[in-house]
Amino acid sequence: MDFNVNHPIIFVIVALIVLVVLGQSVYFLYKALKRAKAIGMNKSVVKKTITSSATFTIAPAISILVGVISLSAALGIPLPWLRLSVVGSLSYETVAAGTTLKALGLTTGNQVTSASAFVTVAFVMTIGIMLGLILIPLLTKKIQNGMIKLENRDKRWMEIFNNAMFLGMISAFLGFVFCDVTNLFRSNEWLVANGVTRTSCLIPVCVMFTSAIVMVILGLLSKKTKQRWITDYALPISLILGMASAIPFTMWLG
Amino acid sequence: MEKKNLSYLDSVHRDGKIWGFTLFALILLFPIVLCVVFGTFPDWKALGLGLLGVAPMYWAVAIVEVITYVPMLGAGGAYLSFVTGNISNLKLPCALNAMEIANVKPTSEEGEIISTISIAVSSIVTTVIIIIGICLIVPLSPILNSPVLATAFEQLLPALFGGLGIVFVSKNVKLAIPPIILMLVLFIAVPALDAGMVGIMVPVGVIFTLIVARIMYKKGII
Repeated sequence: MDFNVNHPIIFVIVALIVLVVLGQSVYFLYKALKRAKAIGMNKSVVKKTITSSATFTIAPAISILVGVISLSAALGIPLPWLRLSVVGSLSYETVAAGTTLKALGLTTGNQVTSASAFVTVAFVMTIGIMLGLILIPLLTKKIQNGMIKLENRDKRWMEIFNNAMFLGMISAFLGFVFCDVTNLFRSNEWLVANGVTRTSCLIPVCVMFTSAIVMVILGLLSKKTKQRWITDYALPISLILGMASAIPFTMWLG
Repeated sequence: MEKKNLSYLDSVHRDGKIWGFTLFALILLFPIVLCVVFGTFPDWKALGLGLLGVAPMYWAVAIVEVITYVPMLGAGGAYLSFVTGNISNLKLPCALNAMEIANVKPTSEEGEIISTISIAVSSIVTTVIIIIGICLIVPLSPILNSPVLATAFEQLLPALFGGLGIVFVSKNVKLAIPPIILMLVLFIAVPALDAGMVGIMVPVGVIFTLIVARIMYKKGII
């Protein structure tokens, strides 16, 4: 069969896999909703979870879509679509595709024309991510049982344990926001050579604080006005306003 | 109650395993099917070089990610997230926010249910948005690639963790200070740590915070 990166048959295969993945989410959603009803969980809490999760997901999902589009220059649409719908994350897939294309003597800017090169990239991307996929069915139960044992032994410590994990993750991302601030003290030559302005490293810092401030204001507003729905949408609102603030901050500092 | 609780979790594990192994096989089959359909073989040398470049690091990351994220995601959430990906930039913040709003603990059955619902909804919405985007890719590409929107999307992670961070940090100020200081020092002082490394720094932050928390707990500080 003649090959091209957007061949209909690749679309069909990818669509089938994505459909099964979607099926898993629908199945677990149904199972959890049924259980929520069985143990008498508050209906409005369940509803709120659905609407706030859906709203929150929109902006990050669009950024994943942007990733699909950027990878599609070399690999066509279906392969990036699959790789970013299943396990992948943009940073991983870009590196995996880039490394393999380089080994093949190709670049991410030009469309792959040979079937052999295309399947090579597909193999590297797939084998690269498969360990996580196989470890989850093997280890999840063991890890969860360990957590349950911990909880039964010391409830208070378990609570701290959970908070510590969340804070550990969040602190890594907060640190990352500041990763370029040393640019403030670089020489002019270095800045020109790297194509950045002295203050552009402050953009993520300003965005982070904007988003945090919006979150605090929304929290206070919700308490003052007794409008609970504000809390439900506080994270998506602060996410969008934070991202929007990047536009004026970039004009000012970039 | 205790027995019922176990049986729900057990059924989540049973179904999670079935789905997990099925999807694993399906995803692994994808490149093999492509070879058969187009009657071709991979370029073995480039395949080897490509794998050598990414596999050791990503496999190591996968092991650490499973250990760090599974306890935070809950059982159902873990089975879903590790298939659909984008955990730290989407699924986990989404589940954390949902549990926070619903005021449930991750280790309770309610927490397990809320986390599963939240991650399932998030996965479905993501998949649907990507499908819509692909159908409309021609008219959408210029809009999504416009410099103004690109500027905003570049700052997704700072905007996300600014809002999420303030909630969790303000609730646990004492415990939050040591890991934030450590991460600031590491990210500012070590030039090699950049956007691509944040995934690797998450487990470092988690393990460090757990150790600090244990010491603070034993000393009665928290």
